[in-house]
Amino acid sequence: MIETPSSYAAADISLRAERVSVSYGSALAVRDVSLDVPKNKIVAFIGPSGCGKSTMLRCFNRMNDLVPSARVAGKITFKGQDIYTKDVDPVSLRRQIGMVFQKPNPFPKSIYENIAFGARINGYQGNMDELVEQSLRGAALWDEVKDKLRASGLSLSGGQQQRLCIARAIAIQPEVILMDEPCSALDPISTLRVEELMQELKEKYTIIIVTHNMQQASRTSDYTAFYNAEATEKGGKVGYLVEYDRTEVIFQSPQKEATQAYVSGRFG
Amino acid sequence: MIENSQTPASAAAKPQGNLFSPNLVGRYRWDFVFKTFALLAIVFALVVLVVLLSTTIHDALPKLDFHFWNENSFLRSFPSRKPERAGIYSALVGTIWLMVLVSAISFPLGVGAGIYLEEFGEDNWFTRFVEINISNLAGVPSIIYGLLGLMVFVRLMEPITGGRSVLSGALILVLLILPIIIVSTREALRSVPDSIRLAGFALGSTRWQVVREQVLPMALPGILTGMILSLSRAIGETAPLIMVGALTFVPFVPTIFNNKGEFVGITNGLQSQFTALPIQVYNWVSRPQVEFHNAAAAGIIVLLILLLAMNSVAVILRNQLQKAR
Repeated sequence: MIETPSSYAAADISLRAERVSVSYGSALAVRDVSLDVPKNKIVAFIGPSGCGKSTMLRCFNRMNDLVPSARVAGKITFKGQDIYTKDVDPVSLRRQIGMVFQKPNPFPKSIYENIAFGARINGYQGNMDELVEQSLRGAALWDEVKDKLRASGLSLSGGQQQRLCIARAIAIQPEVILMDEPCSALDPISTLRVEELMQELKEKYTIIIVTHNMQQASRTSDYTAFYNAEATEKGGKVGYLVEYDRTEVIFQSPQKEATQAYVSGRFG
Repeated sequence: MIENSQTPASAAAKPQGNLFSPNLVGRYRWDFVFKTFALLAIVFALVVLVVLLSTTIHDALPKLDFHFWNENSFLRSFPSRKPERAGIYSALVGTIWLMVLVSAISFPLGVGAGIYLEEFGEDNWFTRFVEINISNLAGVPSIIYGLLGLMVFVRLMEPITGGRSVLSGALILVLLILPIIIVSTREALRSVPDSIRLAGFALGSTRWQVVREQVLPMALPGILTGMILSLSRAIGETAPLIMVGALTFVPFVPTIFNNKGEFVGITNGLQSQFTALPIQVYNWVSRPQVEFHNAAAAGIIVLLILLLAMNSVAVILRNQLQKAR
């Protein structure tokens, strides 16, 4: 039997979205998305701008809560637990589901402090020096910065900054890492390093990555979700999930014509 | 599935013939005209400043001396009927008391209010109402604050403030500059990129942790600048202090010691009557004797030096904080 995301046993599902719709104010941004994210896999979200893939990503760690007008309908579960109920606290959820942003955003502090911050605020009791080293090694940055841990995080190059942000995210030992176009501000060599890093990270973490780069999706991910947008009567755009399958299927023999057109570059 | 019908050739159509007239000479002339105008503006402002300063210093010279180790010097003498003995001591100490109290009270209040409005408050009728009122308060003439202070701090709160005291004066100045501090705090917080806040939240911070650890340190230089600008305004205020009853002839200073040098409690100082530099200057200027006019000029110089010292401390502090990143 071919392994598809939906063929996993419930225990191996990390995140599950069931008929999720997101709206900002009165404008619907994404409608009716259902998908399963299996544990220790890399799932790529692709699609044209405005199709709601970043919006969907931000639902998984409740970052949309920070936008006052955002409403999330439907159900999202993390390890079987509905994350939008009252007894799930967004602050503790975000400790378990980390995030890396499009533009590298290290804190204007030392490299050491960048890593230690998350651990400290979450009440980490262990040896901080060890945690910093371990996180930087995990993000393949240790050898480059081990002699200048007190230097500002902003003194690093763009690619190093993004790996610092990844190190910062894994320092609090999350289970899932959400990546919102993590390489769009990086040069090809830095991009390659981050992609290699993702392959190592997936041993321990589940990764969802939003990307505009289709080669990146096909190179790195196990599963790919293709989103598209359609115009609404009010003149806005609403995104929806077109197709979600193993990455080879999406790129070589997609079921839907729209997916075929997008991945072959005839659209978007 | 929309095929892109635009071809590269049609997109980059070349203009036919020469439709551009660069007219470099004319454009550079406007450069020159504007540069000259801007330079003249600076020169005018500087000339006015230099003239003001030099006449003041000239008037002040007969009276001004910085021999603060000498008990009869200008800086160490109390005001007097006799112009040759009149000094600035009580006004200088009064102003320092005011500045210390005003900073100590207005910093937590103003910065706290700014943080609430910018970071915690949701956009609802309450915060909008508060915002409109803060902008309005910033435009209220200072004499109105004086009237308010007379009623509230001097009369109603007399048991606490001690009536016409240095504490009442400080509270009124706090009210006066609070809107400015709140507005500049919000500006400074707004200049911190949102990506920093998002990064903090994504690591599982609460809002206070994000503000305390990331946003506030980045905004602090801007907040300090606003703080010092508002203190500079407060230090020169006369009208509201006259309203709350700062005296013009004060042969004593607010003190926390009795005349045997024993500590008698901070309230003693806070509830003491006082005067301040601008009031003393105003008083001297209105006297007929030329010697008092010289004393007034000397008082202005002392006020200016105090102001400059405060500003330099702020600049140094800000540079230190920025370097720490």
